Amino acid sequence: MDKDLVQYILGIADNALILGQRLGELCGHGPSLETDIAMTNISLDLLGQVRSYYQYAAKNIGGDATEDTIAFLRKEREYKNVLLVEQPNTDFAYSITRQFMFDIFHLLLLEKLQNSTDETLAAIAKKSIKEVSYHTRFSSDWIRRLGDGTEESHGRIQTAVNDLWTFTDELFHQTDADKAMVAEGIGVDVTLLKADFYQKVSSILTESTLETPQLQYFQKGGKQGIHSEHLGYLLTELQYMQRTYPNMNW
Amino acid sequence: MTATELHIDQQLFEILETVSDPEIPVLSIMEMGVVRSAKIVNDIVEVAITPTYSGCPAMDVIADDIKSAFKAKGYEAKIDLVLSPAWTTDWITPKGRQALEKYGIASPLTAEADKEALLGNKKVVKCPQCGSLNTKLVSQFGSTACKALFQCEDCLEPFDYFKCLK
Repeated sequence: MDKDLVQYILGIADNALILGQRLGELCGHGPSLETDIAMTNISLDLLGQVRSYYQYAAKNIGGDATEDTIAFLRKEREYKNVLLVEQPNTDFAYSITRQFMFDIFHLLLLEKLQNSTDETLAAIAKKSIKEVSYHTRFSSDWIRRLGDGTEESHGRIQTAVNDLWTFTDELFHQTDADKAMVAEGIGVDVTLLKADFYQKVSSILTESTLETPQLQYFQKGGKQGIHSEHLGYLLTELQYMQRTYPNMNW
Repeated sequence: MTATELHIDQQLFEILETVSDPEIPVLSIMEMGVVRSAKIVNDIVEVAITPTYSGCPAMDVIADDIKSAFKAKGYEAKIDLVLSPAWTTDWITPKGRQALEKYGIASPLTAEADKEALLGNKKVVKCPQCGSLNTKLVSQFGSTACKALFQCEDCLEPFDYFKCLK
């Protein structure tokens, strides 16, 4: 088993799983029917992508590993998602700002990952990129609409941007698995995406009459499995059926 | 895509054509362009299919339906899911596009027109009920991952538009 490759795949895939689960929570609870359907459709795309990644990871782990054991039977610290994606759906401003920040990053990552020397990762990236472009368009539109909307919507989206900003820097931290995979031509050097990310985000914020935060202090830890308290609750719900009725099937 | 373009034996093609998309029952999986190859290897039919969208829940059902269609004709089938090259709406056949329209789903436009339509810049999506171009985007996401929701401003009917995927 190539440990670095497995950790690298999980690093990308766990973001999609956890964000997919968060968005799924909005099913039937979205602020309007259209946004409800949109958020859950994005969730479905992410969960679809995660299946491809986990199936590939399971193949590399070997033994009894399957996409389901990876999704449902790991402990909190074994999830390598960034802190941003586990943040709660405080209100629609938070949900859509979290989505916007992740989408901009996700698209930049996939644009590079599609050139990976690993054929499976390149194929998943090529497939996902079409879906993520659409997500980016949707979340960017909402940032514009709310930022340049009423005084109330402007204020609330600015608060969400300010609060979530502290989680953006972690997107560009390299893990040991990252470094090993970059050296092999398989992985993407995330440090090179940083300037482009902040430029793109800032340009849309400005267009939306929002301020780009000038924060110097950032949160980190998710990539090492050190999460905020929110992940535990999320996993409890995600894993409930498999923990309560082990090996159950539909 | 036709049987010849995909190098699929006519006898296998005919069986595959009987399998329909579970969410758009008027459309066969061949018209949808999700079957990439089918061949008999050691008495087993090996079929490769590609998902329209990564999370499309129809894929598992399609795989099962293919197996039972072949079983009914005395074949054992094995299904492989391939991701590359990624599916595009260009693979929906002209016959498939007609079937969509008849069913009440506006078929995908060119990439450029699609962008204009989904950004709400131009009225280019034709109402499948009355044929009017006076339509508006209601929601970028619709009843399934592959569709967006529109409404006709002339006959007032809401309808699905199959998004262009390139």
